[in-house]
Amino acid sequence: MSAPPISPGLAAPVNLNHTGHYLHWGVVQISVANLAVVGIMVLVFLLALVLPFPRGRGRDE
Amino acid sequence: MSDQNVPSSVAGTGAGGWTGVVRRRAVRAFPPDRLLPDEQPSWVASWIYVFGVLTLSALCVVLATGGVLALKGPAWWHISSTGRYVNSLHLWSVELFMAFMVVHLWGKFFMAAWRGRRAMTWITGAVAFLASVGTAFTGYLVQQNFDSQWIAGQAKDGLNSVGIGGYFNVLDFGQMLMWHIVLLPLALGLLTVWHILLVRRRGVVPPIPLDAGSADEGDPS
Repeated sequence: MSAPPISPGLAAPVNLNHTGHYLHWGVVQISVANLAVVGIMVLVFLLALVLPFPRGRGRDE
Repeated sequence: MSDQNVPSSVAGTGAGGWTGVVRRRAVRAFPPDRLLPDEQPSWVASWIYVFGVLTLSALCVVLATGGVLALKGPAWWHISSTGRYVNSLHLWSVELFMAFMVVHLWGKFFMAAWRGRRAMTWITGAVAFLASVGTAFTGYLVQQNFDSQWIAGQAKDGLNSVGIGGYFNVLDFGQMLMWHIVLLPLALGLLTVWHILLVRRRGVVPPIPLDAGSADEGDPS
């Protein structure tokens, strides 16, 4: 069954409708998509460490 | 019978039967202000401490959408546009759940969050992570498509090679569906509740002190 048409505004910014791209380092094999997710997670982790946290109202410090 | 009616001479003994014993122990371990605190220590004001509750929020969406899928059935989630939307919500909330949980794990690992009598908090979190991996894996197995067939075929060989293939059959759709919607969510739910109660009991772990001589590990009990 074919998927219903998706309006351009809701379409994925990256066309994923094809075979995945893979990277190889010896025995290590990972898809570009998964490597991107891992990279984003590391970035989020580092941002969580360095970005200032907003102070709540009524907290004097 | 309330605590006010228990004579002080018998409070803390077996008075009130097993319900009384359990109640007194529960109140001792989890006084209301520790069970539902309205403020946290100053060191909690950092984004890295947000990922625990983000994981929990994503888990709530996973459970809610999974409940709707179970109510409506596969014909609905495969065919109707609303069903496929809820199916996608289930998938993407799991993606966020796993990502938030791993960032939470990294943060707790690097702050050695097992300090201050928090070993069981760390262990329940680690086992909950493993239960989540199993739940996500069985979710992939019950997609009812070629992807799930491929994953089941590969997993069957992997599990057999490590000697645990005799306990369950990943090629059995019905068995894996039951693992995915009953056994593993139950285990994960219980582990999550246990983990959160331990966080409440021991408090949020403080940062590692810069002064090596300081031994304050923030254990409130």
